[in-house]
Amino acid sequence: MLKILKQKAVSAPLLRAVVLSSRNYSVSAKQMNVREALNSALDEEMSADHKVFLMGEEVGEYQGAYKVTKGLLQKYGPERVVDTPITEAGFTGIGVGAAYYGLRPVVEFMTFNFAMQAIDHIINSAAKTNYMSSGNISVPIVFRGPNGAAAGVGAQHSQCYAAWYGAIPGLKVLAPYSSEDARGLLKAAIRDPDPVVFLENELLYGEYFPVSEEVLDAGFSIPIGKAKIEKEGKDVSIVAFSKMVGFSLKAAEILAKDGIDAEVINLRSIRPLDRSTINASVRRTNRLVTVEEGFPQHGVGAEICASIVEDSFGYLDAPVERIAGADVPMPYAANLERLALPQVEDIVRAAKRACYRSVPMSAAA
Amino acid sequence: MGLLGMMNLSSWSSCFSQKQASLSGNGRIPHAFFCNRQTLFISRRFESVKADVQLGSLRAAGDPQVLNFPGGIVKFTPELKFLSDFPEERIHCYRVLDGSGQPISNNFVQIDKDVAVKMYKDMVTFQTMDTIFYEAQRQGRISFYVTAIGEEAINIASAAALKMDDIVFPQYREAGVLLWRGFALQEFANQCFGNKGDNGKGRQMPAHYGSNKHNYVTVASTVATQIPHAVGAAYSLKMDGRDACTITYFGDGGTSTGDFHAALNFAAVMEAPVILFCRNNGWAISTPVSDQFRSDGIVVRGQAYGVRSIRVDGNDALAVFSAVHVAREMAISESRPVLIEALTYRAGHHSTSDDSSKYRPIEEIEWWRAAQDPVARFRKWLEGEGWWTAQSEIEIRDHARQEVLHAIQVAEKVDKPAIREIFTDVYDVPPSNLRDQEKSLREAVDRHPQDYPPQFPL
Repeated sequence: MLKILKQKAVSAPLLRAVVLSSRNYSVSAKQMNVREALNSALDEEMSADHKVFLMGEEVGEYQGAYKVTKGLLQKYGPERVVDTPITEAGFTGIGVGAAYYGLRPVVEFMTFNFAMQAIDHIINSAAKTNYMSSGNISVPIVFRGPNGAAAGVGAQHSQCYAAWYGAIPGLKVLAPYSSEDARGLLKAAIRDPDPVVFLENELLYGEYFPVSEEVLDAGFSIPIGKAKIEKEGKDVSIVAFSKMVGFSLKAAEILAKDGIDAEVINLRSIRPLDRSTINASVRRTNRLVTVEEGFPQHGVGAEICASIVEDSFGYLDAPVERIAGADVPMPYAANLERLALPQVEDIVRAAKRACYRSVPMSAAA
Repeated sequence: MGLLGMMNLSSWSSCFSQKQASLSGNGRIPHAFFCNRQTLFISRRFESVKADVQLGSLRAAGDPQVLNFPGGIVKFTPELKFLSDFPEERIHCYRVLDGSGQPISNNFVQIDKDVAVKMYKDMVTFQTMDTIFYEAQRQGRISFYVTAIGEEAINIASAAALKMDDIVFPQYREAGVLLWRGFALQEFANQCFGNKGDNGKGRQMPAHYGSNKHNYVTVASTVATQIPHAVGAAYSLKMDGRDACTITYFGDGGTSTGDFHAALNFAAVMEAPVILFCRNNGWAISTPVSDQFRSDGIVVRGQAYGVRSIRVDGNDALAVFSAVHVAREMAISESRPVLIEALTYRAGHHSTSDDSSKYRPIEEIEWWRAAQDPVARFRKWLEGEGWWTAQSEIEIRDHARQEVLHAIQVAEKVDKPAIREIFTDVYDVPPSNLRDQEKSLREAVDRHPQDYPPQFPL
């Protein structure tokens, strides 16, 4: 009976989706890619506050390993755009020391895989210090860089650290998806008095998104800790962050053809996690699919699932479906890499399972 | 990332036949070394490189004996000579007062009576505080303590040579620096007891002091992490154009960390005004320096990074004072890091969790504690200057003891911090999840008062 009811409702949600997408982006839609968004955000924040400065490998003369800091050395000089020797532990410690003093460093890691060398400073010297010093020493530092898988870079360059950093009290952890996210969240991160881990995605750097006048304004910022509903829906909630938001939106298009109206939530913030938005959504749709690139055990999806069970258990009509990367170090070969990462089909299948539209997967070993 | 590059380097140096420029001074013994066919191959390679040089790249005034390599002009030599691993004589150690408190020269920064007497009184107070707090831990009144017995001169004299604007990045054996700057005995006691009066809100283990007012960055348990912090803060001071430096303290053990290496390297490259003060006290818990490194202590490492360095007698208050005073001038006026290695001995245990008689002879400990006591040596000098008497000695010892005991007695009775301090300062503003947690904690305490002690501070 549910199926029949859903088929009848097909046309209405599609219409709603169209209306919504034009409401989300204003009419004067300039296109900007994520790299430009990050670059402009850094430029504007450095211009507004002389305490902000950049540190990292290749950020200066090389214009940034991924060109995110292009032009900034020329504009602000070597004192504010510091090319560092190769020691993540070293330059992270130095950035933290500068933040203790009261400057606002933005430390770039070529990828967050390399930040593992510096993780003691990120957690023990930055995240915990305001607490350990009873508010005497605040650490207004931002750690940014690409996180998660790129394409064909192998196991030591592909790990997602959202779950690791998301567990640490004292840190704020952000994961932008679109250019609007990138601009707004990076500005908020730089202005924030607490240490922020800013997880970008290399494959998104070149992707273009429409940005409104409001987004382009120098004063623009997005509140930390609020998720964004990218597409409203009523049948199943799909929660994702970073690149997986794009995949989830594609999956939602495919699901719509099958009469499933999916709601796609872009987390934007891993810590603080916007539990109220996720719970409110699940209370409307009664079904949940979480999507992440990272390893499945102790992942972001596990935390979201626990939150739903704690706060909205009675509203669930189906078990929570978790999509995550394969529980293996990332292989290199293109076919293997594709299989090790969530693809749009995986999200579609999970949503269908949550809607009891397909045979459930057998339990994993 | 750089693994391949590293492997090439090691295969180079193991069969390096190319001649090394000999080092002037120090009389290092040259070693000749041949490693057969690979050697010949490498030297042939070098010959071809020499020929290539004529292809218009930089050469200093046509002189065939030098080449302008990246990093600067280097002179060539036909001698196949390796730099020695260890100097014939260890680097000399700067000292002012001999064992009986007599100055051996006039080559030191003069201090006036007020400063000298304050230095001595603080050294005595520090020594007394350490002794009594240690005992308090043994009696179970505090959970943990770290003493700096034997390092009183390092603590007080280095602090005396600095100004209040200089920011201190301690390890954990430098409470004396904070004492010199005006932190009260009661405040030390409050922190150790983790009570409401602790400006650290009971967040940390004993001896993890910190005070914004005194420009003393809160102690963290992590070893040597403060060294790059000090460099970063020094760089910030330079960017601000301030007439101040930072100073950071660390032990011989701390110099083995990656942080030490990165910090020294960066400090030199960034030209940061930082004093890097190594307390080489011979021991890192149970690890003697012979197991920690094979270099001639820490002072020789300065040159490896392009950092000026000096070795001083850490038990000689006047030597420490002079070295830090001059280092501070250099650091600020020339915007450069300076490395000071103070040789001393850890006369106490690593901490109250350690019994060092298990790994070193008691006679050795006793000898250093008695014969090399920095406090006694400085007193002898003070008495020689006519600035101190036996009567003053009795008074200060008595006064310090009374003050410390009083501070402990008071601290013991003060309430512990309120529940809200579990949740504050995690972030600048407490987020909603922490506010919810505090609420449910309070409800739990309300509902089950029998599970919590009476007068539980809410």
